[in-house]
Amino acid sequence: MTQVGGHHTERVRQRTHEGFLRHKGFRWAQIATLLCLVVVAVYFFVAARIAEPPSGGSWLGYILGTISAGLIVWLACLGVRKRVITAGHYSLKAWVSAHVYLGLSLVVLATLHTGFQFGWNVHTLAYALMMLVIASGALGIWAYATLPQRLHGNRGETTRKQMLEALESLDKQLHDLALPLDRAGAEVVRMSLEHTELSGSFWRRLTGSYGNCANTRALHRLKTLPVPADTRQAEAMEKIATVMEQKADVLGLARRQMQITAMLEGWLFVHIPATFALLAALTAHIVSVFTYW
Amino acid sequence: MSEVFKIAIIGSGPAGMSAAAHAAQKGISHVLLEKTDHLSDTIFRYQKGKHVMATPAVLVLRSDCEFDAGKREKILDQWNADVKAAGVNVRFKAEAKAITGDKGDFTIELTKGEPIRCENIVLAIGTQGNPNLMRCDGAALPHVQYQLDDPGEYTDEHIFVVGSGDAGIENALGLAADAAQGNTVTILNRSADFARAKKANVDNLMAARDAGRMTIMTETSPSLVEPGWITVETPQGSSRYKCDRIIARMGASPPRKFVEAAGLAFASDSPSAFPTLTPTFESSTKPGIYVIGALAGYPLIKHCMNQGYDVVEFISGTTDLEPADEPLLKEKLQGLPGRRSVSEWLEFLRSRVEILNGLSPLQMREFLLDSEVKAYKADEAIFIRNDQGSSLFGIADGSVKVEVDPSNPNITVPIGEGSIFGEVGLISGRKRGATIRAAEPTICIEIPRMAALKLMAQVPEARDTVNRITSERQVLQIFKSGLTPADISEVLATAEVMEIRPGQAIINEGDVSDDLYIIRSGSMIVEKNLGGKPVFMSYVPAGSYSGEMAMIERAPRVATVKAAIRSTVVKLPADPFRRLLARKPELAKRMYDEMKARREINAFIEEQKEEFGGAVDMYSSVANFLIKQGIGEATDVLLIDESLCVGCDNCEKACADSHDGLSRLNREAGTTFANIHVPTSCRHCEHPHCMSDCPPNAIRRGPDGEVFISDTCIGCGNCQRACPYGVIQMDKPPPPKPKLWEWMLFGKGPGPGQPDYEWRKKAAKSGAGAESPKLAIKCDMCSGKAGGPACVRACPTGAAIRVSPDAFLSVARIEKGAG
Repeated sequence: MTQVGGHHTERVRQRTHEGFLRHKGFRWAQIATLLCLVVVAVYFFVAARIAEPPSGGSWLGYILGTISAGLIVWLACLGVRKRVITAGHYSLKAWVSAHVYLGLSLVVLATLHTGFQFGWNVHTLAYALMMLVIASGALGIWAYATLPQRLHGNRGETTRKQMLEALESLDKQLHDLALPLDRAGAEVVRMSLEHTELSGSFWRRLTGSYGNCANTRALHRLKTLPVPADTRQAEAMEKIATVMEQKADVLGLARRQMQITAMLEGWLFVHIPATFALLAALTAHIVSVFTYW
Repeated sequence: MSEVFKIAIIGSGPAGMSAAAHAAQKGISHVLLEKTDHLSDTIFRYQKGKHVMATPAVLVLRSDCEFDAGKREKILDQWNADVKAAGVNVRFKAEAKAITGDKGDFTIELTKGEPIRCENIVLAIGTQGNPNLMRCDGAALPHVQYQLDDPGEYTDEHIFVVGSGDAGIENALGLAADAAQGNTVTILNRSADFARAKKANVDNLMAARDAGRMTIMTETSPSLVEPGWITVETPQGSSRYKCDRIIARMGASPPRKFVEAAGLAFASDSPSAFPTLTPTFESSTKPGIYVIGALAGYPLIKHCMNQGYDVVEFISGTTDLEPADEPLLKEKLQGLPGRRSVSEWLEFLRSRVEILNGLSPLQMREFLLDSEVKAYKADEAIFIRNDQGSSLFGIADGSVKVEVDPSNPNITVPIGEGSIFGEVGLISGRKRGATIRAAEPTICIEIPRMAALKLMAQVPEARDTVNRITSERQVLQIFKSGLTPADISEVLATAEVMEIRPGQAIINEGDVSDDLYIIRSGSMIVEKNLGGKPVFMSYVPAGSYSGEMAMIERAPRVATVKAAIRSTVVKLPADPFRRLLARKPELAKRMYDEMKARREINAFIEEQKEEFGGAVDMYSSVANFLIKQGIGEATDVLLIDESLCVGCDNCEKACADSHDGLSRLNREAGTTFANIHVPTSCRHCEHPHCMSDCPPNAIRRGPDGEVFISDTCIGCGNCQRACPYGVIQMDKPPPPKPKLWEWMLFGKGPGPGQPDYEWRKKAAKSGAGAESPKLAIKCDMCSGKAGGPACVRACPTGAAIRVSPDAFLSVARIEKGAG
């Protein structure tokens, strides 16, 4: 033992068992709420003393605008924080918690920043994009809060790899069983083997619509085929029907898994591009404000 | 009359070959006997292209044969060339059957051909070349084989694989893998389950059976082998099957019978014991026979080759040969007070530290290579309470003081010269229980866990001493209260050390018994029957006691206490202990208070059970599930709350990105119960299975309790096979990835996380990477990273948590569940 004299490393361990929404007893929810309350109070305090509500160009508007823009940039940094694995202590959960609540608080902050002045211009575009980002984020909160149970309930202890392996092994069985079949029977098996699509486009995965799944069609066709006179062939047909049903079950499981995963990811397809659009619009908004001052 | 050789060397592995080469170089008449038709059968049997490593790196190679890390083929070619160049007199297919005679006139009988006569014998037969053989009639028929080099060789055969270990299963799977080969494969297992094999292998085996590719016969053993047929004994009786080939994989063991028949004595009856030897490798009971290499307890190639050189020097009369490890020891011992030479130090330590008394100078030398000797100033801390550490200390000079009361460092208990300390950490694997400081200028030898266990296996007196001291200290440490060894001598006199199987109860609810139990290693769970169902009450880790209620109150047992994993307990009879309590009111009060606290917890659970039965059932079943997953032997385990996990795999990516691009955890794999998922990831067991057989001793426990593999790993895969949880993988680091910003901005490289196989292959091809071997890889709990484990830090939703079992299996779970 080389570490003697009380120098043993005491590292921070995240041992508490709290989700990102309840992180540290809703710390960021409280901070965000407080921020909103303060901002609302100041706004109406100021608004009561002047004729027009404070616009983005007023001193209060500038303060709100600066805070909001800073928040937006910081919120967008979550994507970097998530991917840069540094050695020091940070908690991505804490970041996500802050991201969620501070992001929601932007609804108040940025709306007050606008002074309720909207029009067909880049300023309102930035605002609209921000609201789109927040709305998609809210969808994300819903997804993260409700879907994990379904995701894991669906798969049980089966991993993705095991599902693929199961399909492979069922296909292999189908292939071997089809050897004694006649041409018509072999065609049906080939349909299941060669034309079954596991996933498909994102939209397909999300909706889970595999109406004309080749395996299902093959199973239907198989059942319409006449029972062969040869007992070996008849036995093979029976077994094939069972294996195809098993395959249908595994396909269903894997597709439901992909559907839930797609739902967990789907909102990001709006959230992320909208964020980049927002950053661009925000830049245009700030540049134009200062250029045409 | 045949020639009488000066030296006959049996076994042509690295040790024997090196000895023969040196004898040839010195012009000594010699013969090298090899059982097979090629040199170094153990290395020869390595799979094709395996990278062989040369450790310990600091050790200088002293041999007439070359050896450097590299591919198996390259090394074997090199050795063949060296042996030829040296002019070694090698005899292939010469298997020694018996050794008779004495120094100066030995006769080695061979299974085939003329006996060999010689003056001295060097035994370098290792331990691998002796597979356990089938013992039924007909087992000697040529279609019974003990090795399978290429499963693709055999087609359309009825093959029986005998053996339920990994080797047997892998062979059976290999033979049945390709249906086109047309083999009919059956695996025979003497017992009912495949307990010795890795889970993955067993799963594959079951899958192969379910797919109809092979047959598994359990509780079955072969009883008769005939050409073309095998007869097996099944629980239903015996049956005869068609059989063209039998592959027997039933393990290997040191050829103890052969060695003992030659007149050599072993250090103990333990299967891991080695022959007793003098400093010149000569048997202490049979002069003229020298033992080197793995059979002498040195499994590493470099050690073996050096010993081959040394032993020939010794036989030819050199007495002042400086051992090859002398510079290492010199370096280790320099800076210590006293100006002793290496051999003086060895003798100093050996004679003064009680547990080392039984070692030979040769063992002592080897032992010191693994250990550290350190001088401490008065009052200097040797270790601090709650430090992680599993090493054992021996006091060679001076004395130390133990701070028995954490709140008052002035209360100390002395330990004197020749004694040991740190043994509780060694045996229980838990944190240090007390701070120990040097009482005066002191010299201690620190013995790492593996070396200490080896010592205890080799030297029975050392084992007894450690056990005796351990019981005494553990009792003192658990009950504290100012007890002295004299106070507890009566209790210890009748104490009994017991080994408990997993699931075995030491205390049964309702029984009338009143002994007290101390958990020395392993852990216990306490269950109580509530409403007809056993309900989990608490978890008792090693270093605690159980059974005090019945002892103090003389009432029947209120709960059942059973082992969560294989455990060792010390049973302290009630009567002497009650007398001790009567003498020591402070101890009585302490135990009474603790009992009250335990009773409150039990009462709380019982009360909750009535009101919130569901929450208690959940708590109980979650606890049982986790215990079943081996959490009982874990010290720190990664759990995933599936109600929070979104499946983003950021934990795996973070793991890969903080460890050379390889993830040490598989989130998706593993078992789940009630939202708690135990992913495939290291639990840092108290007594890590992986440590049990690591030739370079590369697996250690770090300062934060993490079990890690150091860079002296030689990639042998022993740890991977030993781990029952499948958390160790053999892999090599992927080529470096482009920087993260390059990926973010330009999409260069595979992005965060472990790069996929295709990318690695492509990148390895384009980059001029040096050949890097596959090494064992496992979680090191992000050792050395200030922020702690990356998997937990990088979880966006808080699903990933790391817990220790005693913290996690607490009643707090019920309060949460019920509230």
